Amino acid sequence: MQSTTLILILAAMSVVAFYAGRRRSVALVGGPRQGSVLHSLPGYYGYFTAIWLLLPALGVLLLWLFLEPTVIVALVVRGLPETYQSLSAGELNLFVNNVQNLAAGDAISGESDAVLSDAAARFLAYTATSRRLLATLALGLGGLGGTIAWRRIRPDLRARNRVEQIILLGLIAASSIAIFTTIGIVLSVLFEAIRFFQKVPVTEFLFGLNWSPQTAIRADQVGSSGSFGAVPLFTGTLLITGIAMFVAVPVGLMTAIFLAEYSSQRIRDVAKPLLEVLAGIPTVVYGFFAALTVAPWVRRAGESFGFDVASESALAAGLVMGIMIIPLVSSLADDAINAVPVAMRDGALGLGSTRSETMTRVILPAALPGIVGGILLAVSRAIGETMIVVMAAGLAANLTANPFAAVTTVTVQIVTLLVGDQEFDSAKTLAAFALGLMLFVVTLCLNVVGLHVVRKYREQYD
Amino acid sequence: MTMAEMTEANGSEEQLPGNAGLGVTKMPGPKQTANGGSAVAVAGQHIELGQTIGDFRCENPYIVAENVNVHYGDNHAIKNVTLEISKQEVIALIGPSGCGKSTFLRCLNRMNDTIESARITGKITLGGQDIYGKDLDPVALRARVGMVFQKPNPFPKSIYDNVAYGPRIHGLATDRAELDDIVHTSLERAGLLKEVKDRLEEPGTGLSGGQQQRLCIARTIAVNPEVILMDEPCSALDPIATARIEDLMDELSQDYAIVIVTHSMQQAARVSKRVAYFHLGLLVEVDETDRIFTNPQHKLTEDYITGRIG
Ligand SMILES: Nc1ncnc2c1ncn2[C@@H]1O[C@H](COP(=O)(O)OP(=O)(O)OP(=O)(O)O)[C@@H](O)[C@H]1O
Ligand SMILES: [Mg+2]
Repeated sequence: MQSTTLILILAAMSVVAFYAGRRRSVALVGGPRQGSVLHSLPGYYGYFTAIWLLLPALGVLLLWLFLEPTVIVALVVRGLPETYQSLSAGELNLFVNNVQNLAAGDAISGESDAVLSDAAARFLAYTATSRRLLATLALGLGGLGGTIAWRRIRPDLRARNRVEQIILLGLIAASSIAIFTTIGIVLSVLFEAIRFFQKVPVTEFLFGLNWSPQTAIRADQVGSSGSFGAVPLFTGTLLITGIAMFVAVPVGLMTAIFLAEYSSQRIRDVAKPLLEVLAGIPTVVYGFFAALTVAPWVRRAGESFGFDVASESALAAGLVMGIMIIPLVSSLADDAINAVPVAMRDGALGLGSTRSETMTRVILPAALPGIVGGILLAVSRAIGETMIVVMAAGLAANLTANPFAAVTTVTVQIVTLLVGDQEFDSAKTLAAFALGLMLFVVTLCLNVVGLHVVRKYREQYD
Repeated sequence: MTMAEMTEANGSEEQLPGNAGLGVTKMPGPKQTANGGSAVAVAGQHIELGQTIGDFRCENPYIVAENVNVHYGDNHAIKNVTLEISKQEVIALIGPSGCGKSTFLRCLNRMNDTIESARITGKITLGGQDIYGKDLDPVALRARVGMVFQKPNPFPKSIYDNVAYGPRIHGLATDRAELDDIVHTSLERAGLLKEVKDRLEEPGTGLSGGQQQRLCIARTIAVNPEVILMDEPCSALDPIATARIEDLMDELSQDYAIVIVTHSMQQAARVSKRVAYFHLGLLVEVDETDRIFTNPQHKLTEDYITGRIG
């Protein structure tokens, strides 16, 4: 039986169980008029029954589907002739692959022989048996669970509490998915980074001034043993982030001040959605805007002033990134300003302050922690931003503070290290994980501090 | 409005049907006058409500509001109110929730300007000067007409900076010593100096509610206003703090005209010289405090002060 069919049958059974459970609860107390004798609403008894039908059945189904491939392969391999048993792991793997492909009717590599087709036939047979067993077991357990639950229905059974408990468990499971995924990602990055630091000392990575990750692939290749000093990458990131914040903070802040305090409702109604549109533009679009429009413009402008501007300058990437971040800064600052109680504003106005005095002397100081928190979040966004810098910032790891020079960033290097054909245990590839770890740590700190500041400030007025 | 007109208006009021049955005690003479307003029927009350009973004019008026109307969008919040306030008095505005007390108060220092939907017509003069006139700067006006709000709203600054805020923005002090002086006298007059003189650098938000409210009063008198508006200044305070603020009002009334909105009849009776009763945007009755509480003229006023509405 197909597992989809099985699931459909289980669904149908659970519907039946729901109605059966509800009927029984009502019948037990002698009709719907006596409903108040029941501990819970009749529907809860229905859910109770259905849940106890579904839970064991689905549990067995999932476990079975998870274990089935391993078990069947093991069985098939056990039935192979002696010569095959002693094959190396890789060869055996290939053989098993062929068996599965043949069984599924797909193309196989090499010639089909008697052993192979025999194994494929046995594979099919095992699978069929397994499915039959599964169907019996799942339906049987489900039916059993449902029946037991159904029989346990009494007027004083706390069905609502049981059902809500199970729902709560479901909610907890769902919310832990995100947490466990995060932990998994962090751990995997951490382990790869540790492998990198076994090849390259931490001190060289953190304090080295030279970044050229080209390692020799063959032993006889000339030259580069690779050097992994990450300082130029971090200064490059810092430079571009700095330029971006130089654009985004004043513009975003002034936008927020205007929208929150000076503009009329009509302007606000138009400007806020427009800012959201700006926030919704995919970064890749910003990227080619930076590379194709802004970079040449910066170069021409710089040259007309007599500067030597690289065609992929930090300035172009930073400017565009700043524009990208404006909506973030302005919306967070707007929130912070709006969180300052109206009473504060009224108090200042009532003392005869002008609007700008109210803004600069009362509202902004009161909103400052929130604004700072917002800026920290924006910085962490800028540091992690990839697409714009990949397209517009270049690859040369120059250690410079000159905004007209080409620099590269941590994110750009991670992309270039991992794109294309790579050996997955070379220092070059592993360096990407070390960079990723650094990036993660930095943005995590910024986010924690930023969120903390924002939250602390919120509490102040609640 | 001439005397003749007033008597005439008064006469027309007496002819209203159904008026007599509502327990309105009539006082002879010009005590009872009309405010020249439009007739508004309140459900169940067949009274011409556009008219104010009592002394809405006074000797030596300093603030004069003539036929003031306020609309919030379509909501007619203040209906043709005329009221005079002299410089040497405390006047209490009372009335059920939503009747427009705060709105009227906010007209007097143009705080309603900050509300986009608010529209104000009529004329309000302060010491003879039209406060809605073209050449008047609302910012300067608010320095002359201080306001204390319902909820204490000290700025998140130090106690000193809270009080010094007004003098600083208006440039009232030329040097630090003078500023210190203003801060100290203001705190002193607000009755707060003793409690805070050792902690002037601590944040004003760290004070108790009653202290915060006195800080707000100190902040207001630091700019040396002519009038102080108070919108339920004690509604967030306990009886002891309330008593202190009431004493303070008493003292301040020597130098300032005080307009106070309150929901407490007792407070109105204790602090004010005159009481104005608002109902649904109309100014129903104005009179000496004693007279309002012992002998209200209008049925609505009586119902309100005896606790039947509100
Ligand atoms: N900012 C505003 N925008 C729109 N309508 C308002 C605004 N403020 C007050 N109103 C309306 O004006 C009317 C009078 O309100 P106001 O605040 O003056 O009443 P109040 O007498 O002070 O009431 P309370 O005793 O509850 O403070 C109400 O109908 C209210 O809904
Ligand atoms: Mg009010």
